[in-house]
Amino acid sequence: MSILINKNTRVMTQGMTGKVGQFHTINCIAYANGANCFVAGVTPNKGGQSFENIPIYNSVEEAKRQTGATVSVIYVPPAYAAAAINEAVDADLDLVICITEGIPVHDMIRTRYRMQGRRTRLIGPNCPGLITPDEIKIGIMPGHIHKKGRIGVVSRSGTLTYEAVGQLTALGLGQSSCVGIGGDPINGMKHLDVMKLFNDDPDTDAVIMVGEIGGSDEEACARWIRDNMKKPVVGFIAGITAPPGKRMGHAGAIISGGQGGALDKLAVMEECGIHVTRNPADMGRMMKKILAGS
Amino acid sequence: MKIHEYQGKEILRQYGVPTPRGMPCSSSDEAVLAAQDFGVNAWVVKAQIHAGGRGKGGGVKVAHSLDEVRKFADQMLGMHLVTHQTGAEGQVVRRLLIEEGVEITREFYVGMVVDRESQRVALLASSEGGMEIEEVAKSSPEKIHKVRIDPVAGLGEEDAARVARSIGMPEASISQAVGVLQGLYRAFVEKDAMLAEINPLVLTADGRVLALDAKFNFDSNALYRHPEITAYRDLGEEDPVEIEASKFDLSYISLDGDIACLVNGAGLAMATMDIIKLCGGNPANFLDVGGGASREKVTEAFKLMLKNPSLKAVLVNIFGGIMKCDVIAEGIVAAVREVHLSVPLVVRLEGTNVEIGKKILKDSGLPIISGTDMLDAAQKAVAAARGQ
Repeated sequence: MSILINKNTRVMTQGMTGKVGQFHTINCIAYANGANCFVAGVTPNKGGQSFENIPIYNSVEEAKRQTGATVSVIYVPPAYAAAAINEAVDADLDLVICITEGIPVHDMIRTRYRMQGRRTRLIGPNCPGLITPDEIKIGIMPGHIHKKGRIGVVSRSGTLTYEAVGQLTALGLGQSSCVGIGGDPINGMKHLDVMKLFNDDPDTDAVIMVGEIGGSDEEACARWIRDNMKKPVVGFIAGITAPPGKRMGHAGAIISGGQGGALDKLAVMEECGIHVTRNPADMGRMMKKILAGS
Repeated sequence: MKIHEYQGKEILRQYGVPTPRGMPCSSSDEAVLAAQDFGVNAWVVKAQIHAGGRGKGGGVKVAHSLDEVRKFADQMLGMHLVTHQTGAEGQVVRRLLIEEGVEITREFYVGMVVDRESQRVALLASSEGGMEIEEVAKSSPEKIHKVRIDPVAGLGEEDAARVARSIGMPEASISQAVGVLQGLYRAFVEKDAMLAEINPLVLTADGRVLALDAKFNFDSNALYRHPEITAYRDLGEEDPVEIEASKFDLSYISLDGDIACLVNGAGLAMATMDIIKLCGGNPANFLDVGGGASREKVTEAFKLMLKNPSLKAVLVNIFGGIMKCDVIAEGIVAAVREVHLSVPLVVRLEGTNVEIGKKILKDSGLPIISGTDMLDAAQKAVAAARGQ
């Protein structure tokens, strides 16, 4: 098993015909069961065409009706991406993964408001996507660094997630699912939401949680872990050396109003029983040590 | 993107938020002329820089004569104004705002922020005007009133009036205060702001509610739909290296250390800074070259890092995913040759095509120090910076 997606998931790609969408669609199809998983593309006014033998539809609703796809991945440019999420939510998809970086914050505030009470889950925006190794990859991560196994990974960052995964794989520890929740201040699933799924997944034994400066989502997740989590969690927070008031690449990575600093987050995580490390090169080794001891 | 106070007040006035009469000036002659026009006998001379804390640094002064206006204007223009937000070098004052003085009876704080927890805009208000809201949050959090605003309904009159009463606005001025709060909210949403503060909002002796200061920060991802806000950008207030970086779509932030780092991805870039510090060194910058860096982009990134006069070593940390290690290795070799790198360079490559990448570095004959993983690379960079 795994969380959120597996080899039977059927995916449509919004923005498949753009340069970015084309490039990543080819890589996703090539990974594991991808050729069977990626069944539709959505580009307005290009319905009836196809790309890599994947049929293109004019709307999410039509793509869902024609192919049975219940998950969408979005590569639409930032000015139109919130509307693309809205369309997927209105079509009652199960899960939407928005890769697009640079969506205006106020667009996301309105989109998240629309999503209240709806069944659709959102991952991202500004995220690498998610992968269940040897089954399906939805997003832009390099598939080959992953290995099937029993460790869950959840992270706000892209390449830092690859770093964690690379360390695990090098130590022979495979992954159940790896979820990049994205670096924007207003987003869909949080660390907490993903952690709950890992806790309930019988095929996940332990979780690596990678956070960064800004906001208080890691703290909220840590408190939930303290009270509910049945599995060990290794944690790292990037940005101990980040100066306050500066946006560190990600729109959400900013220490503002004296809040969101890395040391504060690490302190709360440690208090809540998470095995925290301040050394980003040590995430995999720490996990291995903990698993050997338990 | 930040703007100046006088620009923020222009926006506020467009949304019906009253401010004292004022005029931006860039010479003391202009300042005196503007002051004469107001027909009052007290003026406020305010240095226009983006950083906060201007008053304590001597950037806000009350003048009681036109001679004083001239004197303060002469003092401030060209000065390096140092505040807790500028760093030790301070920021050069190029422009002033001359305003009519007003008789203040009460000071308040009102602000709008993006509240990540509720995923809405939140209104913050406090009776403690003139103090920084972070200070109030620490010393007396019960004095901060917060209202999370429904994005469809907007800020209603009842909510606005309740907040105004809760911070001690007298009943006779409630309707004016409601206008201020609703105007501030509309400006915040319609202009795609990330932060908007009026600190202080004042009640004057003659019963007016006025914005005495205005601070805005805008969402740079939304500037494409606000040419009027983009026009407010003042490059003189920004770090020249960061401006140069943005031209090449590189995300760069100057720090005060001596080990430069070049990384792909924001999270990994921060983690690289952290591990340099963990190994006893000091990072000179944050630099994210993004997911699809070309050879040209890598060369530009090296040029930016080398602008730092205190540079002692460079650490490149790449986890190749979409970005292939062989492409980045070619970029590094070309860049090192082009910029005549004179400090030690440590490179750690991992991910897609890593073996080809490492071979390219080795075959180049350049004195590149190879790091086996992040920790090894950081240790080598710190040692190299110390001349070991």
